Amino acid sequence: MCTYLTVKVDLDGSGKGAHGWFTLSQASVYVDHPQHAPQAHTLNIDFINPAAGPSARVAVELSEESALALADAIRLALASAPPGLASSAPAAAAPLVQA
Amino acid sequence: MFDAMLAETVSFAGHGGDPLEAYVARPLGPGPYGAVVVIHHMPGYDEGNKEITRRFAANGYLAVCPNLYSREAPGASPDDAAAAARAAGGVPDERLVGDVAGAAAYLRALQSSNGKVATIGYCSGGRQSFLAACNLDLAAAVDCYGAFVVGTPPESFPLAVEPLLPIADRLGCPLLGLFGAEDMYPSPAQVTELEQELTRLGKTFEFHSFEGAGHSFFATDRPAYRPLAAVEGWQRIFAWFDRYLSN
Repeated sequence: MCTYLTVKVDLDGSGKGAHGWFTLSQASVYVDHPQHAPQAHTLNIDFINPAAGPSARVAVELSEESALALADAIRLALASAPPGLASSAPAAAAPLVQA
Repeated sequence: MFDAMLAETVSFAGHGGDPLEAYVARPLGPGPYGAVVVIHHMPGYDEGNKEITRRFAANGYLAVCPNLYSREAPGASPDDAAAAARAAGGVPDERLVGDVAGAAAYLRALQSSNGKVATIGYCSGGRQSFLAACNLDLAAAVDCYGAFVVGTPPESFPLAVEPLLPIADRLGCPLLGLFGAEDMYPSPAQVTELEQELTRLGKTFEFHSFEGAGHSFFATDRPAYRPLAAVEGWQRIFAWFDRYLSN
């Protein structure tokens, strides 16, 4: 099916697309037919920067199990680092070395 | 037998006069020929849809596939364009109708046209083919497994598009529906619901549901491809157009 429904999230970060690295500003997350994965439906994520044009995109198509495992892995990886270490807001970041 | 054809990228005005990129394929004989607007699926204006467009020309029809994502992503690859269109909220129904009207006008203006234009669409394009047939003067329409023509989505399932059943009374041309018996969107129950409503409204239509096939069974480049259903489906399509687009 075509779900039409897209969950969008604003992002701070970078991605590497077909033309090299670019600044990411958004991700579109949705369940729909994949372009390439050998399944009828996948969880798709487009990491994009609409201001830089349609080709500024890093795309992944994941099985449901893989997507959930990835979400858990992201949380686990962040939990194993000091809180705020990878934050985009410097004030919120914990210092790497305590004075 | 003279069977030469031409296929090329063209541009014409769509909804609101916006320039639309489109892929046209047409027999080079004098005609007059019936014509088909191919409405691409949600993944975009891709090779598969261009191949479908050429297939109509090879079978004696003028055919054009407008790039419905021309505005969001001119010149982008089909998958990037589809992602950009999705991120921008998708194709609004009103714009779709205007774009198909532009494509139909382009076809009718071709010297070898017999003036009769049909639509065919796949997946989201199936719904859009039905939508166009409820809003434009067409000679025939084909809906290939379009979801949300019918169907009240579950409450937990917010939808960006409206079901079209409430406007089914405006369906202005014969409709051929081709569905997979194993599809969930549209489900066999939804296909039956549409069938009952079109019967009640006295519309001319013919539905076929193929056993062993699900969604996208025509898509030769996807695992959902089902050759038996696709071969019979193509036969049904050409029989339909032979009946309603001939001179």
